[in-house]
Amino acid sequence: MSRFLPRALMAPAIGTLFLWMIVPLVLTIWFSLIHYDLNQPGEHAFTGLENFRYFITDPDFWPSVLHTIELLGSVIVVTVVFGVGLALLVNEPFPGQGIVRVLLISPFFVMPTVNALLWKHMMMNPVYGVLGHVWKFFGATPIDWMTDLPLISVIVILSWQWLPFACLIFITSLQSLDREQMEAARMDGANALHQFWYLTLPHLGRSIAVVVMIEMIFLMSVFAEIFTTTSGGPGNESTNLSFLIYKQALMSFDVGVASAGALFAVVLANIAAVFLIRMVGKNLD
Amino acid sequence: MAFLQLKGIVKEFGPVRTIKGIDLEINKGEFIVFVGPSGCGKSTLLRLIAGLESTTAGSLSLDGRDITDVPSSKRDLAMVFQSYALYPHMTVFDNMSFALKLAKVDVAVRKEKVERAAKILNLTQYLQRTPKELSGGQRQRVAIGRAIVRAPKVFLFDEPLSNLDAALRGQTRVEIANLHRDLGATTIYVTHDQIEAMTLADRVVVLRDGLIEQVGAPLELYDRPANQFVAQFIGTPQMNVLPAAALPELTRIAGARLPADGSVGVRPEFVRIGRAGEGIAGKVELVESLGSDTLIHTRVGANVPLISRQSDRTTLKLGDTVGVQIDPAALLYFDKQGRALRDMQQAA
Amino acid sequence: MSSKPVAFPYVRTFFAWAISLLLFFPLFWLGITSFKTESQAIAGDLFFSPTLESFVEVQARSDYLHYAWNSLVTSVVSTILGLLIAAPAAYSMAFFRTKKTRDILMWMLSTKMMPAVGALVPVYVMAQTTGMLDSIPALVIVFTLSNLPIMVWMLYSAFKEVPNDILEAVRLDGATVWDEFRHAILPLTMGGIASTGLLCLVLSWNEAFWSLNLTAAHAGTLAALIAQYSSPEGLFWAKLSAASLLAIAPIIVFGWFSQKQLVQGLTFGAVK
Repeated sequence: MSRFLPRALMAPAIGTLFLWMIVPLVLTIWFSLIHYDLNQPGEHAFTGLENFRYFITDPDFWPSVLHTIELLGSVIVVTVVFGVGLALLVNEPFPGQGIVRVLLISPFFVMPTVNALLWKHMMMNPVYGVLGHVWKFFGATPIDWMTDLPLISVIVILSWQWLPFACLIFITSLQSLDREQMEAARMDGANALHQFWYLTLPHLGRSIAVVVMIEMIFLMSVFAEIFTTTSGGPGNESTNLSFLIYKQALMSFDVGVASAGALFAVVLANIAAVFLIRMVGKNLD
Repeated sequence: MAFLQLKGIVKEFGPVRTIKGIDLEINKGEFIVFVGPSGCGKSTLLRLIAGLESTTAGSLSLDGRDITDVPSSKRDLAMVFQSYALYPHMTVFDNMSFALKLAKVDVAVRKEKVERAAKILNLTQYLQRTPKELSGGQRQRVAIGRAIVRAPKVFLFDEPLSNLDAALRGQTRVEIANLHRDLGATTIYVTHDQIEAMTLADRVVVLRDGLIEQVGAPLELYDRPANQFVAQFIGTPQMNVLPAAALPELTRIAGARLPADGSVGVRPEFVRIGRAGEGIAGKVELVESLGSDTLIHTRVGANVPLISRQSDRTTLKLGDTVGVQIDPAALLYFDKQGRALRDMQQAA
Repeated sequence: MSSKPVAFPYVRTFFAWAISLLLFFPLFWLGITSFKTESQAIAGDLFFSPTLESFVEVQARSDYLHYAWNSLVTSVVSTILGLLIAAPAAYSMAFFRTKKTRDILMWMLSTKMMPAVGALVPVYVMAQTTGMLDSIPALVIVFTLSNLPIMVWMLYSAFKEVPNDILEAVRLDGATVWDEFRHAILPLTMGGIASTGLLCLVLSWNEAFWSLNLTAAHAGTLAALIAQYSSPEGLFWAKLSAASLLAIAPIIVFGWFSQKQLVQGLTFGAVK
């Protein structure tokens, strides 16, 4: 078997991905070390680590890091906890199980911008939104979600979108749970709670880890939802790292600083990715 | 020159030497069975012949042609896989005619050959079904049919009966034997079941650890095993083998023929159980009544186990004292390395 | 479950239905609002007489079909391009496996894990300098590259599922490498290939990050169009719903069919 054919077959994929990885990375590193304003093309003075310092000392920097972590943490906790609960609920057969599953996974396939505006206008608008109507029904004053609780609004939007994902993963994982093990445990005297704590939860351990990792990776760069709803505001109350970089690049036009920020985000993402890769690698054969 | 010749075949998988040097000559029309315990290399050897693995060393020739480096698609061999390997997306007819289609055989000729093979195997009514609509036994026959249609130089069978239940296994075994009788094709058959080996083979090749222990006709292996391994591998229940010094009474029976530090073997059918006092003293440990045979497990002398087989029923039970008699003419002697000592027997 | 009270199945059914209906409600609301007029939309009634007025207005006001077309073109072309690049690579990795195969696969997956924002700046600058801002080709390239790792991974999994002994049987039957591909591999992996394509179609269609940043009126996709409704003037709810419904309905349906592949693809196979 010649060595040529396999290599030729893989070349396009490997080549293009390599370029896709290397070129932006190299450019980002380059940009982060120079002064580059999109409004003043042609002026590329070397500034060393100045951009990094600028990015980190930006008054919005630490808040955005904090918000990124809050966002990440909340969505992950909500989706995992409710995801496990829902998966357990829906796992055993019952009338209409198929339809219920279909209903449950739908939100995940909704375009992020639709998702964002659906909530911003249809649900969360204090006057006309559904939540506003519900609050009024119970005699309370409706909450102006986007203005008063911007980060929480974003968290709600994201949780609604990612809950189906977590749920689906957990359902899949539950299906590989060994029935006979449960039966053996029952004969050993375990009740439902014991079974859950000692058998089900450990079995789900792996998929919970995977869900956490995947969500970390995708949620760290959440952008569209913030862009379409709060634009990071009011002020910087719902700005995350991703949006901050965008603001620097395409609103302040400061490519240098934005690149410095981007490198920072990439490093963070790498850390999460390393763990995920290790887990996936174990499962590969 | 033999029809299929293996010379010095060696196969290594990385650091592991699975086949350690095999020389074998197979004649045209012979039914050869490769038999041996798990891991002995019998399937690997079959796959080497098929060309699904490449040899590390040695040469292979078929009908005068060196096929050592020829790819499997050009060796003109057909294989029946253990899992049948039927093409799931094709009908039985397409499965069986696939090879002919690839060889660009004329449509009418293809049809005729497939129908003929289907008739022999009783598959005619299933020709338009897909594999998942068939039972295990039917799928097995399709796998065989696929091989027959091609009329290859050699048929290769890789443990074809191991996925069938006992009843079907016996039935299919007979069908395979009949098929060989009718078609007269050269066949190599791999199995771990020595009953299949004994009943189907013209010659049996016993393999252990990548080497041939013995080649010969089934009954020859049974009566004159070349070593202790073959003696205990062939025959159910296993031949009784005792260290020479284990039973003093043996020395009396065997006399000078007994090897000093070797072993003695005797098949259960030559061990007779009689009343206490008639022979070596022993106690019954277990009685297995199979209906047609009865197996009596005893312990004699200083804790030596002996199994006896007889065709009569027995009223003996656990703990009974008995007398065990051994036919001296049936004794086989093995030296310290396990090799059979022929001349000792012949001297008798 | 013997340790549960007799009524348990009913409790379970009730809660399962209640929760799923609750979670689905926003989509349901979106759906019905799209068939309302603007004044009906604000009123927020459950019962009304449906009309297609809003759909018509959306098209008239913002040239919906233009954006929909862009979404369609970019999704379809990037999926096809992706399949053409990924399939040979996946084939090679599945059937001509070497010691490095696993590492290469892992590396490919790792490129997917980098946040898009990390590449935003250079890609934007490159697009700007080459005049490719707001162009369909730029989007297609970016979509293809973004989805490539997942496509390679899913096709690789599909190819690996072909039982080895069938391939050996085909080879013994006299097949060349091409015969093997055409008669054995392709028919048996058709389903996996289709699902991979479907999933990538979904991912490209929904893609919002690059669509928002790299496009404007000319090459904008539906994601960008809908983002315009962020702070519009006047009454827009029914129109927003109409635009959104058309954008998400087909994808949700696709999603229902590709559930299993979704799990495999998005978790990189870590959950079976």
